[in-house]
Amino acid sequence: MKQGFFARNPSVLVFLALLALFTLGVTLLSHAYGTSFLSTSFVKTLGKTLCLCLVALAMDLVWGYMGILSLGHMAFFALGGYMIGMWLMYARTEEIVVQALANAPLPATPQEIADGVATQIFGVVGGADLPAVWTFAGSLPAQLVLVVAVPGLLALAFGWLAFRSRVTGVYLSILTQAMTLALALYLYQNDSGLRGNNGLSGLQNIPGLGGVSQDALSVWFLWASAAALALGYLIAAWVVSGKFGSVMRAIRDDEQRVRFLGYSVEGYKLFVFTVTAIVAAIAGALYYPQAGIINPAELAPIASIYLAVWVAIGGRGRLYGAVIGAAFVSLLSTWFTGGRAPSIDLGVYIIQWVDWWQILLGLSFVLVTLFAPQGIGGLIDWAAGLRHPSRRGAALGPNDGALQEKEATE
Amino acid sequence: MSALLEVSGVSVTFDGFRAINNLSFNIGTQELRAIIGPNGAGKTTFMDIVTGKTRPDEGSVTFGERSVSLLSLSEAQIAQAGVGRKFQRPTVFEDQTVFDNLMMALKKPRSPFAVLLFRPAKVDAERVAELAAEVGLRDHLDRKSGELSHGQKQWLEIGMLLAQEPRLLLVDEPAAGMTLAEREHTTALLVEMARTRAVVVVEHDMEFVRRLNCKVTVLHEGSVLAEGSLDHVTKNPAVIEVYLGRG
Repeated sequence: MKQGFFARNPSVLVFLALLALFTLGVTLLSHAYGTSFLSTSFVKTLGKTLCLCLVALAMDLVWGYMGILSLGHMAFFALGGYMIGMWLMYARTEEIVVQALANAPLPATPQEIADGVATQIFGVVGGADLPAVWTFAGSLPAQLVLVVAVPGLLALAFGWLAFRSRVTGVYLSILTQAMTLALALYLYQNDSGLRGNNGLSGLQNIPGLGGVSQDALSVWFLWASAAALALGYLIAAWVVSGKFGSVMRAIRDDEQRVRFLGYSVEGYKLFVFTVTAIVAAIAGALYYPQAGIINPAELAPIASIYLAVWVAIGGRGRLYGAVIGAAFVSLLSTWFTGGRAPSIDLGVYIIQWVDWWQILLGLSFVLVTLFAPQGIGGLIDWAAGLRHPSRRGAALGPNDGALQEKEATE
Repeated sequence: MSALLEVSGVSVTFDGFRAINNLSFNIGTQELRAIIGPNGAGKTTFMDIVTGKTRPDEGSVTFGERSVSLLSLSEAQIAQAGVGRKFQRPTVFEDQTVFDNLMMALKKPRSPFAVLLFRPAKVDAERVAELAAEVGLRDHLDRKSGELSHGQKQWLEIGMLLAQEPRLLLVDEPAAGMTLAEREHTTALLVEMARTRAVVVVEHDMEFVRRLNCKVTVLHEGSVLAEGSLDHVTKNPAVIEVYLGRG
């Protein structure tokens, strides 16, 4: 116990070193700062992937460590994106409107500018007034606070209601999915004030940085995403390595026993659910400026299911597993759906990967769940010779996890 | 002797079945008490009520000098107030080491923020090592508890209860599945623990109760049928009829 944090958790240093190496490598191969080997759009894809790794990390904490299969974390991710997107879009439109009005004989009044911005943004949905939710859109600090506050408060309110009534297991998953669906359906409406199914666009243009090329911006965002991931990983590793991590895993395995130890299980669940929702929102706020567009389809329940699939394939209950899963599956998905994967000609039928990728993904999810519950991360354990209590393949659910195998089958 | 736990007039009904029927009794601050009774007498339900898992329909359960009502507290709050519970099966966290299991049980602030910032100090590690030695797991601190044998898991759970420093300990059939030597060890441990706290043992096995040599409460159909020394209650005709007379 006298060793330092890194000595006890060598994987953290390895991870941080690899991440730094990756970031440096991409920078040196980028258009803006290196040999132009990688296209700017691919640098953006890599930057986005780092954000997905961060939200996967949050999902691993709440699901892999605590046993709450949340199907709502991509909703928090998208909400974070919406909150930063509102500022990006408003401030950028304001710049354009000011420029357009500069040629007028009289200087533009603030009211004229505000009206111009509202018409520009809401013309597409047939409105000319700025809805109340855009009140703070002109202020970057205010929207940054909202990036954290809106998803955080939603998670807090939802979690308080759900955990207090002791909804657990698959019922909780369904409840989180219902929340996600309701939020998506709400945002699809033009009345919700976030441009309905058009969503927010032009987010890749950063206000005030009009002179900076997308080549450079893509690398800047890659750096920011890598820094956020590194920080998130470090904090997550610190949290799960201590007693808090012990309690989280104990709640996953036998929450009733944890109650009798004197820990308020509901309080812990609420805490972790809310904090991970905020992490997801921060990841989203970094992701969408790189994606350039956000619309309600981004927070459809399927997105959160994908998130669970990434974590499961990467390996639940280990932080690097979540990151590996998110990076591996989402990059593979980009490759397959980008039309670059060679089609397979079976003679009677040609397998187009754009169509068949999802089937391949679904199949690998089923296979991993059945035959390799440790996921890709399990390979690292296997290589390192780590052992787990042998359950001889018997999958013990969260409630039975603390029982001996033979008792559990009684 | 002042009462640590006072149960009075408690009744619980499950789907029309009266599991506990107007149950009343007291446990002193330093007392060893055995509760016996046939299956369905309400022994486990009684433990569920005291630990907050089940809410009674009527009656009151108070705890401690200030007579705090346990009925309005959550399971976690009751555990923090000083009620520990040992399950019949060993329930330890198999995926974690013996050290982590004991450290989690150690009496410390339990709020998420306190736990988040908690880092074990030297005294904490020493206390854990001491507890592990007490239950014979000194050499197994770094092992995953899932690898331990059945008996070692039982001891680990007892170690975790000791770490919680409860004032009242509820023990469900501690001797189940134990060898004769292990039973003797368990008896000695329970008697020793009852010197500084109240220990309530729910037991089926008369031989084991005789070893404990303590006051016995006989439950039947959810209420107290008889109370006193084992010899006293076994002479009671009603007890013989409902419990001892069978087979």
